[in-house]
Amino acid sequence: MTTPILTLTIDGKEVSGLAGETILQVARENGFFIPTLCWLDGLTSAGSCRLCMVEIKGSAALHPACITLIQEGMAVTTSSERLLRYRRAIIELLFSERNHVCAVCVVNGHCELQTLAQQLGIDHISFPGLYPDLPVDASHPRFVIDHNRCILCTRCVRVCGEIEGAHTWDVKNRGVRSQIVADFDTPWGDSTTCTGCGKCVHVCPTGALFEKGKSVAEMFKKPLGLPYLKAIRDLGV
Amino acid sequence: MMEKLRLATLWFDGCSGCHMSLLDTDERLLELTAFLDIVYSPLVDVKEFPDKVDITCVEGAISSPEDERMLVRVRNSSRLLVALGDCAVTGNIPAMRNIEGAPAMLRSIYTSGNGLQPQIPALDLPALNDKALPLHRFVPVDLFIPGCPPGADTLFTALTALIHGNTGHIALPTCFGA
Repeated sequence: MTTPILTLTIDGKEVSGLAGETILQVARENGFFIPTLCWLDGLTSAGSCRLCMVEIKGSAALHPACITLIQEGMAVTTSSERLLRYRRAIIELLFSERNHVCAVCVVNGHCELQTLAQQLGIDHISFPGLYPDLPVDASHPRFVIDHNRCILCTRCVRVCGEIEGAHTWDVKNRGVRSQIVADFDTPWGDSTTCTGCGKCVHVCPTGALFEKGKSVAEMFKKPLGLPYLKAIRDLGV
Repeated sequence: MMEKLRLATLWFDGCSGCHMSLLDTDERLLELTAFLDIVYSPLVDVKEFPDKVDITCVEGAISSPEDERMLVRVRNSSRLLVALGDCAVTGNIPAMRNIEGAPAMLRSIYTSGNGLQPQIPALDLPALNDKALPLHRFVPVDLFIPGCPPGADTLFTALTALIHGNTGHIALPTCFGA
């Protein structure tokens, strides 16, 4: 059985994709830029950061492009004043929710949050900062998790569970009190499931996860080729 | 010849790095001063903030009642107020104390070690506000220039745009932390 090819428009341009593909996939294949933070190629989509929201003709609501499947005849808008306003608000809320100090961060200059703020033209944060008192866990021999810089995208949780198969990371609490935890909320260094592979460190879009010994602007995240790793795993090689 | 614009710069809770960036425009300072008179600044010897200023660039976060008083005074006397650098724009490094507040920060720095006669300095120093906050928490700001510090090129571009009356969106090659 062949997969049906569906035709739709993105920002007025006619494009086509396979049934089962998401708006985000088809948009990227056709060179449209839709900002993302929680989405990462090779991991299941969480649809939680809401940055990839797009407008679909005939629907008053916005739809997350990373988990919305394409449909025949769909008319998608990826950028508008309204979308830009929401995307800016999301980034500004992320900055105000925790203690992000780019100037002294290990990933200054190569951080996805910092880059998105610049791309979206954010030059200040409209919301008052919450300045929560959050821990830094440096108990692991090679890595550190600094919750002050965490945006709760859960890429670390998903890469650990889905690719490494260890499921060391998870999330405790709810809402603004949510926090990434190792095992049953033990210090990372005491985790009995962590293999020390470092995948979580390299998928983290901010400086929340980093290698020990790295100072300001010294931590570079490496692309891990997750779709490739996933394909190998699925083949059972 | 067109009358020169009156420029002021201030230094609140910051490291002076943004002022160093201004000096880093090097010989382009002469191009700027062809259009600007520096009427108040840590870089010139004027004690009182003047009444009528066209552009005031403020470096640093607002950290004390004295900063707050001065900021309001400056806003009332300035046509355009520019938040210069991350401390003025976001609070940046001074705002790292906001997690625990000023008293806890002072105790941790001055009395938690094994120093000789540990004490928190207070004589002739302004009391600190509990939080270091960005300018726009107190007064309206006309232009935000993020960066720690914003580069000399960024400042030159911004000031040149303001000199030419461009107060709308000015595209600047800078970001938080840059």
